[in-house]
Amino acid sequence: MFEDLRDLYQEVIFDHNRNPRNFREMEDSNRKVEGFNPLCGDRMTLFLKVEGGIIQDASFQGSGCAISTASASLMTEIVKGMTEKEADEQFEILHKITTSEDEVENLEELGKLAVLAGVREYPARVKCATLPWHTLSAAIENKEASVSTE
Amino acid sequence: MTTNVQPIVSDEAYDVEAIRKQFPILKEQIRGKKLVYLDNAATCHKPQVVIDAISNFYSHDYSNVHRGVHTLSERATKKYEDARKKVQQFINAESSDEIVFLRGTTEAINLVAQTFGKANIGEGDEVLITAMEHHSNIVPWQMLCKESGAVLKVAPINEKGELIFDQFEALISDRTKLVSVVHMSNALGTVNPVKKIIDLAHAKNIPVMLDGAQAIPHLAVDVQELDCDFYAFSGHKLYAPSGIGALYVKREILEKMPPWQGGGDMIRTVTFEKSEYNSIPYRFEAGTPNIVDTVALGTALDFVSEIGIEAIAKHEQALLDYATEKALKIEGMRLIGTAEDKGAILSFVLDKVHPHDIGTMLDHCGIAVRAGHHCAMPVMDFFEVPATARASFAMYNTFEEIDILMDGIENLIEVFG
Ligand SMILES: Cc1ncc(COP(=O)(O)O)c(C=O)c1O
Repeated sequence: MFEDLRDLYQEVIFDHNRNPRNFREMEDSNRKVEGFNPLCGDRMTLFLKVEGGIIQDASFQGSGCAISTASASLMTEIVKGMTEKEADEQFEILHKITTSEDEVENLEELGKLAVLAGVREYPARVKCATLPWHTLSAAIENKEASVSTE
Repeated sequence: MTTNVQPIVSDEAYDVEAIRKQFPILKEQIRGKKLVYLDNAATCHKPQVVIDAISNFYSHDYSNVHRGVHTLSERATKKYEDARKKVQQFINAESSDEIVFLRGTTEAINLVAQTFGKANIGEGDEVLITAMEHHSNIVPWQMLCKESGAVLKVAPINEKGELIFDQFEALISDRTKLVSVVHMSNALGTVNPVKKIIDLAHAKNIPVMLDGAQAIPHLAVDVQELDCDFYAFSGHKLYAPSGIGALYVKREILEKMPPWQGGGDMIRTVTFEKSEYNSIPYRFEAGTPNIVDTVALGTALDFVSEIGIEAIAKHEQALLDYATEKALKIEGMRLIGTAEDKGAILSFVLDKVHPHDIGTMLDHCGIAVRAGHHCAMPVMDFFEVPATARASFAMYNTFEEIDILMDGIENLIEVFG
């Protein structure tokens, strides 16, 4: 019944939604930012431990749809060990795959983020995928405030 | 796989197939499937007569209103004013002078807050609303309170999503200057005991405003019988175009209300020293109005009246009962809003699936439901959910569509497992 939705809801997404990675509060975090999507009421809190410009640890908590939960879960896995600049570059890649009009040529190069490429067909859902990354962006800029997708 | 519930035949005389034929959009295919449109509380579709009314008016009658002696202007003015009479009859107002045309419910509530509110509600005074209001019956009062130093009081609801009447009553004080409540809740479907509320408030000389955005397509509304002081609704939820709605205000209140926007049409004479304002209701309709959609609203009211609001209500209630019965049999599905007195809205959450995912998945079955906070964030907070999915019914929905919805829900529960 939902066969043609497989592009959006890939098995990896279901997996991360059922068992989100790094889904915990971080006691020794030095960055903590709230992300909020007022459109759907999704909220997340992102915790980072940044030392010497390197993201040593990343975790999150909150409630969201499968797309935003999976995106946050993947993100915490991907950025761990990256410099802040590298993490920012990943956001740019995500931005490109979720919003660009052009065909994404080499999905391989996108690495783990490729599973989120399906949202481009669902403009209303792009923000679900990008909320965690907007939150990360704010954390990198060391904004303690909360961010919103609107 | 669907649970075995027999559809209740709502009314032998109610010919839903004949009704459906009048709505061209219902023939649309969505992602290769037949459209099942269950987002009527957000906005509903338009019958051919309403669509035709727009193009006919532009083709044959269009001109500006209230400002010309030529034939077309007279024709346009007559049709525009006929629409006002149709609204008057539809809600049984005493006079068509009590009907102000506006963009919709939101604009109507803002008008009342900015005119009646500013003139009558001052520092330390209170405005009483309920915990189930749409943002449009919260924010205009917050803005007024901020400006004037008045206080916004909120009467609580119970876990079924019903107003707790005793507590509502207890919140009425000597300082209460206005009660403004939703007639039927868009997030929960609850129909408030508005007659009881009005009688209680009037016993203390407090005027009452009703937000009728959801009630108007589902319930017969008689403003004289209710004795409400203000009633606001939007055309787009009542088979009319978007961008047009109406505000009813009791004559003695409307006559005393200061004007809102200034401009053409709302004045009688203007000099640079002073302007003399026009009589009601024109005093509140500055500028060239939404002429065409107003005329089409009149057509929509004729269309609804011909089928009969009572017959429509009965059909929708049967759909709601059928849907509720089926929903209660689905494990992991929880209804948000289970009031005794409830209109054609089924708000729900699923244990394992976020409303947004429900919305996208159902869209793939051609089913349009709303997923979100329904502009009622305080209601979401009360039920401790970030959002709900909502199926809402209109005159053209069928029992078969509810079967399709429930099959879709059962399937997606399985997929998310
Ligand atoms: C209960 C209620 N009040 C007010 C409104 C606002 O109506 P509109 O957006 O047409 O001004 C709505 C519409 O969603 C509603 O459901």
